[in-house]
Amino acid sequence: MNAARKPWEERSAALVVAPARPRKLAKVPFVELADGRLQGVVSSGSDIERVYVSSLTAANHSFHCSTNNNRPCGGIRRGGCNHLRALADEAVLQYGVERVARYVRAEVAEDATTGAAVLAAADPWHEPSAGAPVFSRFLRHLAYLELAATTEPLPELHWFPAGGAVR
Amino acid sequence: MRFDLLAAPVDGVSEAYEVVAGFDGALVGGLLRPGAEQIAALHALAAAVSGTPLAGRVAEAVDKTIAGSISDEHLAALVAARSALLGASHDALLARLDEAAGRGREPWPAAGLGSLTGADNLLAAARSWLSDLAIAGWRGIDHDLVSHADQAVQALLADLRLRRLGALLDGFAGELRACAPGATMPRVPVRRWADLWARAVLLAQPGALASTEVGTVSGRLLPLGVDLHEHPTAVQAQVHAVLETADGPRLVRASVSTPKVDTLVGSGVWQLLRGHSALLAAVTEQRAMDLTDMPVTAGGDLIWSDEHTKAGAPAEPFATARVQLAAASAAPVPPLERHPVRIAEPVLLEGYTAAADDDGVTLTLPGLTVEVDVERMHSAGPLTPALVAASTACIGLLRWDGHWTIQPLAVEAQVKRKTVAVHAGAWAGGAADAAGAKAEAAAADAAKVLRERAGRLLRR
Repeated sequence: MNAARKPWEERSAALVVAPARPRKLAKVPFVELADGRLQGVVSSGSDIERVYVSSLTAANHSFHCSTNNNRPCGGIRRGGCNHLRALADEAVLQYGVERVARYVRAEVAEDATTGAAVLAAADPWHEPSAGAPVFSRFLRHLAYLELAATTEPLPELHWFPAGGAVR
Repeated sequence: MRFDLLAAPVDGVSEAYEVVAGFDGALVGGLLRPGAEQIAALHALAAAVSGTPLAGRVAEAVDKTIAGSISDEHLAALVAARSALLGASHDALLARLDEAAGRGREPWPAAGLGSLTGADNLLAAARSWLSDLAIAGWRGIDHDLVSHADQAVQALLADLRLRRLGALLDGFAGELRACAPGATMPRVPVRRWADLWARAVLLAQPGALASTEVGTVSGRLLPLGVDLHEHPTAVQAQVHAVLETADGPRLVRASVSTPKVDTLVGSGVWQLLRGHSALLAAVTEQRAMDLTDMPVTAGGDLIWSDEHTKAGAPAEPFATARVQLAAASAAPVPPLERHPVRIAEPVLLEGYTAAADDDGVTLTLPGLTVEVDVERMHSAGPLTPALVAASTACIGLLRWDGHWTIQPLAVEAQVKRKTVAVHAGAWAGGAADAAGAKAEAAAADAAKVLRERAGRLLRR
């Protein structure tokens, strides 16, 4: 005998957010569901120094896309731009379509599988917004790889088991 | 091992958890305007520590909270009370485990405290954010409040002395960010977030992260297995091992951790760690390592540095577990780490009946059926729940999260009528099979892309 499993609310090591899935980063190096937006960075196909910062706001389904130097994307139409479409596709690879749709409050069909389906359901409309906060989130993201490793123990990571073996 | 001893409840633990649950419930709505139920829970917390040196401070903190004039100092007192209850639960549970395993444990030495200078502002910034969280409550968090942690977290991560707090706050804030706004969350991870918040408040107190005295050890190190920890922006491998010293075998751990990004996951994480510890290759090759004057904390954590090591002879973990584990003595747990989640004691299980159903995998031993903690099994190695269900022997970590569970580090299982050993950390030093190698190559590619982007876009 052993006591029964506690409900999720009463567990110290309860899984709250499923780990991201790996994906190829060449085209879309950064995507996240944060600050009430699907947001991220898309590398320019023509200029290696340029990236596009795209975001879709969950609350009202407005979107914006501009370069890191704050020039507006030339491809903006009702329903998004190519960068936003790439971003939505990669977000679906990284988080799964259900989580992306739920976060941006898009009502997709049960059999939806793609970023395009999420965008079709959200029907984004353009409203200029600042790209700088998203770009700085990306730079912060990149900065993680510059931080040093350590062999001092981090006991608090016992709260964060590496998961993902439920297969 | 006397597994039947683990079947009986440990005195006082469920009572302690009941008091903690009341306090944790108050954090859901926030401490700004506690209602009747929350006020009763705060009084219960004060009553639970009324016979301890914390009594006066906690009683005052409870009064001030109820009056609506809570300060950082009062929050610290409430957290101290909660931590004392869970620390005592930890001690009682671990004592029971040691009794069941016949394991001797050194007492905690009355060590002098080190000092930590030049971190006051950063710790104050962390405390201020944690206060705002407690006042807002989990239901009151929004995107703005969560992002207020960003600057402090970045600075904490960059200072290795403060990395513990940085890595904790970063993982915690990541969960809050994914769940915000709190008002519309379907469910709240009440215990977990109270745990993370409370530990962060503890570590943000001046002196909590001061370095402690470190000794040295020498001897032959025989790895048992690897425990892997990960949140989106951090990964840690913790090797559990038996160290043969002149004074007999000792249980030790050796850790290596690094910040990372969320898209580097699964078996891709090992390559981030490998360069910093030759031990990971030794684990994969199933070799011992000979240590000379390796720094070690009083808590049994080796502060690994390859310069104190030499590659040793082949050493098979099941042989180590069968021959050495029963006699190995364990290190005491540092006071500020005492919480049931920290219990991760290596044990060898044999002679059980494994069973799998929709709810998971269980191992039935004489006097105890223990659940396999499949949520702590990862995809960064070849060990799967199915292999555990087909196993006849298991090296695992005994854990407690409301009840005892086993986290397998390695199993012996029948595969095609042959007994084979499969290790969760088998790929630590390099993947052996095609699927693992492919995942490694993909992760290496991802890291390369990000480093290229960083080289072009990061301004210093």
